[in-house]
Amino acid sequence: MEKKPFWTLQRKQAAVAYLFLLIPLIFFLAIRIYPALDAFKTSFQVKGSQPFYYHYQAMLSDKVFSKALINTILYVVITVPLQMLIGLGLALLIQSLNKGRGIYRFIYFIPYVTSAVAVSWIWRWMYFKDLGVFNEILKFFGIPAQPFLTHPSQALISIAAVIIWQAVGFNMLIFLAGLEAIPKLYYEASAIDGANRRRTFFHITLPLLNPTIVFLAVTGVINSLQTFTQVLNMAGAQGGPLNSTKSLVVYIYNKAFLNFNMPYGAAMTVVLFLLILMITIIQIKFLSRSYEHS
Amino acid sequence: MVGTKTKSKTGQIIAHAILMLGTISVVFPFVWMILTSFKPLSEIYEFSVFPKHWTLDNFKFLLERTYFVRWFGNSVILAVIVTISELFFNSLIAYALAKMKFPGRNLIFILILSTLMVPTEMLVIPWYKLASQFGWIDTYWGIIFPGLMSGFGVFLLRQFMLGIPNDLIDAARIDGMSEFGIFWRVVLPQVKNALSALAVLVFLGNWNAYLWPVIAINSDKLRTLPVGISLFSAADDGQQWTLIMAASTLAVIPVIIVFFIFQRRIIEGISITGMK
Repeated sequence: MEKKPFWTLQRKQAAVAYLFLLIPLIFFLAIRIYPALDAFKTSFQVKGSQPFYYHYQAMLSDKVFSKALINTILYVVITVPLQMLIGLGLALLIQSLNKGRGIYRFIYFIPYVTSAVAVSWIWRWMYFKDLGVFNEILKFFGIPAQPFLTHPSQALISIAAVIIWQAVGFNMLIFLAGLEAIPKLYYEASAIDGANRRRTFFHITLPLLNPTIVFLAVTGVINSLQTFTQVLNMAGAQGGPLNSTKSLVVYIYNKAFLNFNMPYGAAMTVVLFLLILMITIIQIKFLSRSYEHS
Repeated sequence: MVGTKTKSKTGQIIAHAILMLGTISVVFPFVWMILTSFKPLSEIYEFSVFPKHWTLDNFKFLLERTYFVRWFGNSVILAVIVTISELFFNSLIAYALAKMKFPGRNLIFILILSTLMVPTEMLVIPWYKLASQFGWIDTYWGIIFPGLMSGFGVFLLRQFMLGIPNDLIDAARIDGMSEFGIFWRVVLPQVKNALSALAVLVFLGNWNAYLWPVIAINSDKLRTLPVGISLFSAADDGQQWTLIMAASTLAVIPVIIVFFIFQRRIIEGISITGMK
């Protein structure tokens, strides 16, 4: 009877695979999975006779938390649709050009690659109430100076404008790629059918752009739920004035690292995580549509 | 405006006009930043467009009296290290998951994929606790350890590697090539585009990274560029805008230049990740 060798080719390959994956698996477990569980655990860290859900309960009556939540939703609702619309508009315009596409593509993408920190300070300077260039331009047209970042009614929108300004280039680029991927065949067929520009756009272009739209909407929302850098640099760690610009992540940063209340901060990050998860699932469900290529 | 080339000349003119108007809104903030950085502090208390006395004092101050150069260097070093690490490890993992057979393959893939769901914000508090325990706060290692590999990179590269014909790899195996040899000499060259796309994204992401670095760094010397500029600008009580704008100029212009040189690669890279 032949004895089968232990190290068959299959087993050898498996052994090498496990070798390749050893360090990576340790990494992912130690740096991604264990910390995620630890965040949950930290959020249940309570003192004395408090119930384990103490921090979650505290959130419900925390007025600053609700303000941060509302602000964050406002950031999402204001920035994502606008950056997608403007990005799509730019992509369509650029695609229709005979010459100069590359130049415009380059120019409009510049804000996206530049540091959000630097951009935040540049705009903060432009928004400056007394010496900023925006108010000087308004003065020139006889319009009174605007408080922009210094007034609760304008601060959030001022920051949202900067976020949109930076994100438009990315949306434009992805839409351009999506538009290029549409086979010319469809346009020719629709032209033969005598469809005008508007019909072609709404019945062919837009539906075929659906995967691109879903991608940009989902990533846009996830990113905007995490708004942090622009707020911290344009409005400070307090998300002022009067908490009017404070986003969830800014508040979390505040509580966890400035007030050293890590359990409460951790609880809020859990809520943020669930929020992102829930909204992403809803978005994918409602936005994705598959179209028959008949 | 349907996406096909407009034949009419008026259409072209209108498109160009709109795009040029938009260009102003993109370029203006940067122009304003540059103009301000050449003004002496005394000049900004009265509004003017151009500096009356062009001066390099702001730049001199930043380069000589602050750690700006170190911040810049730190950012470069860290971004390069993390990019190399991600490229190497993500592709190795992707190769094992895409082209090698072993029990538990799908399970491991799903495990790695699931890490994509967790936002960084939820991890920074545990990371901080971990780093404090080991004394990693305020060290290079402390800044880079979370970013050495990523589920996103693994996912992207695996997708590309799946497209490589198996015959190529089986032939190399029959020839007696080691698995690592196949990975390094057969598979990697085939996914060059995906690798450069990932490199661009990872480098850019790390260059501009803010949340974790601002938590993990305490001392001025160790700051990365975004953290350095941010804390420098915020700390300045009278907010010397000429200095802040000069700092922004020094941070932004090199990036624009690099982007200009590599624009084709960068734009292609980002578009690819959008498509997959």
